[in-house]
Formats: sequence, C-alpha cells, structure tokens
Amino acid sequence: MAMATLRREGRGFIPLISPNSINAARSSIPSEDLVPQGARSISTQVVRNRMKSVKNIQKITKAMKMVAASKLRAIQVRAENSRGLWQPFTALLGDTPSVDVKKNVIVTISSDKGLCGGINSTSVKISKAVRKLNSGPDKETKYVILGEKAKAQLVRDSKKDIEISITELQKNPLNYTQVSVLADDILKNVEYDVLRIVFNKFHSVVSFVPTVATVLSPEVVEREAEAGGKLGDLDSYEIEGGETKGEILQNLAEFQFSCVLFNAVLENACSEQGARMSAMDSSSRNAGEMLDRLTLTYNRTRQASITTELIEIISGASALEG
Amino acid sequence: MFRQAPRLLARATSIMRARSFSTDLPAAPTSDSSFVEAWKKVIPNIDAPKTPLSFMQPRPPTPPSIPGKLTVNFVLPYQSELAAKEVDMVIIPATTGQMGVLPGHVATIAELKPGILSVHEGNDVTKYFVSSGFAFIHANSIADVVAVEAVPIDRIDPALVQKGLADFTQKLSTASTDLEKAEAQIGVDVHSALNSALTG
Repeated sequence: MAMATLRREGRGFIPLISPNSINAARSSIPSEDLVPQGARSISTQVVRNRMKSVKNIQKITKAMKMVAASKLRAIQVRAENSRGLWQPFTALLGDTPSVDVKKNVIVTISSDKGLCGGINSTSVKISKAVRKLNSGPDKETKYVILGEKAKAQLVRDSKKDIEISITELQKNPLNYTQVSVLADDILKNVEYDVLRIVFNKFHSVVSFVPTVATVLSPEVVEREAEAGGKLGDLDSYEIEGGETKGEILQNLAEFQFSCVLFNAVLENACSEQGARMSAMDSSSRNAGEMLDRLTLTYNRTRQASITTELIEIISGASALEG
Repeated sequence: MFRQAPRLLARATSIMRARSFSTDLPAAPTSDSSFVEAWKKVIPNIDAPKTPLSFMQPRPPTPPSIPGKLTVNFVLPYQSELAAKEVDMVIIPATTGQMGVLPGHVATIAELKPGILSVHEGNDVTKYFVSSGFAFIHANSIADVVAVEAVPIDRIDPALVQKGLADFTQKLSTASTDLEKAEAQIGVDVHSALNSALTG
C-alpha cells in the first residue's frame, strides 16, 4: 500500500527521482538546483573549495619544479667546468682544516630564496659547529654571510660577529668577475688568519654534501711551511717574479680565495636548485595525495546528501499518505 | 662447478660496483683524519663536513728519474682547457719573462703576466693568450696553470687590439687619480702584450 501511494505521489517527483536526473546529478558536480524547494542537503562547498585550492597549489609546485630543473641544467654545466679551478691550489698548498690560528673568518654561503629544502639550515649548522670547534682562549671567529637565508638565521644569536653580509648574489648570472670583486671586498675589510668557506657541494640531484674549504693567509702559510708537515716542502719551490716571496704568497692567497669562492658559489647554487626540485616534487606529491583524500570525502559527502534528500522525500511522502 | 659460482658472482658484482656514477668523484677519497677526530670530539651529533682533499685525486710522488713527458693542467674559471695532458714542453709568460718548462723542471711557483702560453706536443704548437694567473710546477713533472682568461690566438681581432691600445694610451695620458692611472696602465700593458702576441 505504501508502495502504491509512493508510485502515485512519486509521479509528481519523477523529474527529480528518475534515473536520468540522478545520473545528471552525479555527473554535473555543482547541482544544487536539483534539490526540491524546502529540502535540506549537506553542503559540499567547503570540500570543493579546499579541493580547488589544493589543486592550484599542486600546479604551482609542479611549475616551480620545472623551473628549478631548467635552472639546474644551466648552472650544473658551469659548476662542473669550474671544478678544476681549486685543485691546483690544494695540490700545492694541501688542505689543512685543523690549523690552529687566532682569527678565523667563516664565510657561509646560502641562498636568497626559500623553499629549497634543508640546505640553508645545514650550512648554518655546520658554520656554528666550525665556530665551536675553533673556539678557545684569545681566538675569535667572525662571519661573512652570502645570502639572505643564512643571515636571517645567524643574526639571531651571533649578530655582533657578522662582519659583512651580502645578498642578491644571483641577480645577474654568476660570473668570475663578480665573485673576484666580492673576494677583494672581503679581503680588504676583514682581518683574517684563516678563511673557512662553508657551502653545499653538489654531488647529484638528490645529494648535497656540506663542505668546508680552507684558505690560509700568507703569514699562516709561512708559519706552517716553517713548521713542516703538509706545507713543509713549500720552501723547495722556486719563486719566479715579484720582489719578495711574501708578495707572491699574498697574491697567491688572494687568487686562491677568489677561485675557491667562485667554485663554492656555483656548487651552492646547483645544490639550491636541486634541493628546490626535490622539495617541490615531494610537495606536489603530497598535494596529490591530499587531493585524493579530499575527493573521497567529497564523494562520500555528496552521496550522503543525495541519500538524505531521498530519505526526506520518501518519509515526507509516506507521512502525507499515512 | 657450483662451488665456484658465488665467487664468480661476487667478482662480477664487485666489478659492477667499482664503476662510479658521478662524473668527477675520485676513486680513492682521502680525508684529514685529525680534523674529523677533533670534530667528533666537540660535535658528536653532526657528521663532519667534507674537505676539498676528499674530492681530489692524490698527486703521484716524485719519480726517481726524469719522466719523458710533462703533464699539464690548464684551468680557467669557466672550463678546464687542458686536463692532465702529456706534452713535451710549455712556455709560460711569467712576470720575469717567457719561461720554458720541460719534464724534470725544478719546482716553481710563477706569477703570470699577460702574454702567450704555448703548448708543444711533438710538432704541434698550440698558443693561447692568457690574461694573468699563476703557474705551479711540481717536482713530479706536473704543471698546473691557473689563468683568469685565455683565448686561442687565432680568435683575436688585430683591429680591435690597435683600437684598444690607442684608447688606453690616451686614457693614461689624461688620467688624474692613481686609480685611473693604474687601470689605464693595465689596459696599456694587456693591449701591448696582445699586439706583440699577434705580431711575434
């Protein structure tokens, strides 16, 4: 009997409950106008808004990954070509990171822009650790910071130790002239016995190794050469040109600093682009997963609302007849 | 036969593993052990950072007899022009004049002035004009030349050289401050060196 009533009353509701309209309701997502006047339905607006914004974020992060990949390709070639530049100096003067001096200057290289994973934090952590390693009575450590991100982190606890900070390094494409002017600036304005350059060396798109390169000042080179050890056979080298050995060593130290700094800046830029690629990639993937979960929620909400409508209509119809 | 199989398999896999993926990481990374020790004592939680020594092939020791060829590494900031190339002789433009380097040359550190670097290999001579830099000649017959700019001579335009020389000579005569004088003098030096490189 209820079924007969439903069939009689149901004819009035055919446009809404017929299978065609239910398919239409399912296929066209914004379908609020198919709800009959006065019936309540759960709103899917909130979930739809979230889905739209998550999809936009996914598009943006995918685009950022593509941009970072193309920038990486361009700068990786130059970084690999510059790798031969510091090797002659290390072959001649050796690598003495554990040298004991009074005035240490730590040159921290970082990026200006963010969203590049953890490389800037790694550089700052290593810089702070190097400073701790070289701390002691009548030893002082100063910072020279290249890049906005390291400045933001180091200014919090070592503000008085920062000598120079340089930003917007990559406004023009990196070249040796710019870096040598920078090196000249640093050498003129900072007193140092040893310069320690902290940067992230680029091994591959997913691997960046924090590295410390050491450049000794001419006086320290002389002292170490006399003391023997790694630089001991420096005295066996004949000096051509210049008046005194000291002058040559001075030029050598300055040239070494500019070469090592050039390679370090290029490697760090490569690491920055690589880290940004992987950060944006994982971000797109997360957005995709979030979108999947939201789609499921959306469908459940939508189906629940249709079911609610149906129940209300049917119970309304059965209330009318009964 | 099956007893040998694991050994053969292990040999095969170890040969595969010995091929490194990166283009320029050396086969035998060394590191400064005293640095790593000191680091571990003070900062145990973080791994010690690498140093350039671990990214470089160690240089061979001085051989007892003079080798037949000189190994030259000629590097510029933008590329390694010559990497471990075996040659007979190089002539480098040191500040004290042109210096010929043969295998077995005494260990030297030479500062370079603008001039021609020529590389002699058998009967071929390749000439580059270098702006300036340093040359290290090691006792084991390896020569490292680090220059800021270098161009092969056939890429230099003589007309521009003359024009540049005239410009800088004029600037030198009208220069007032020391800085301007120094810059103009450098320009004159480089252009006259270029001139003599093209003619000589």
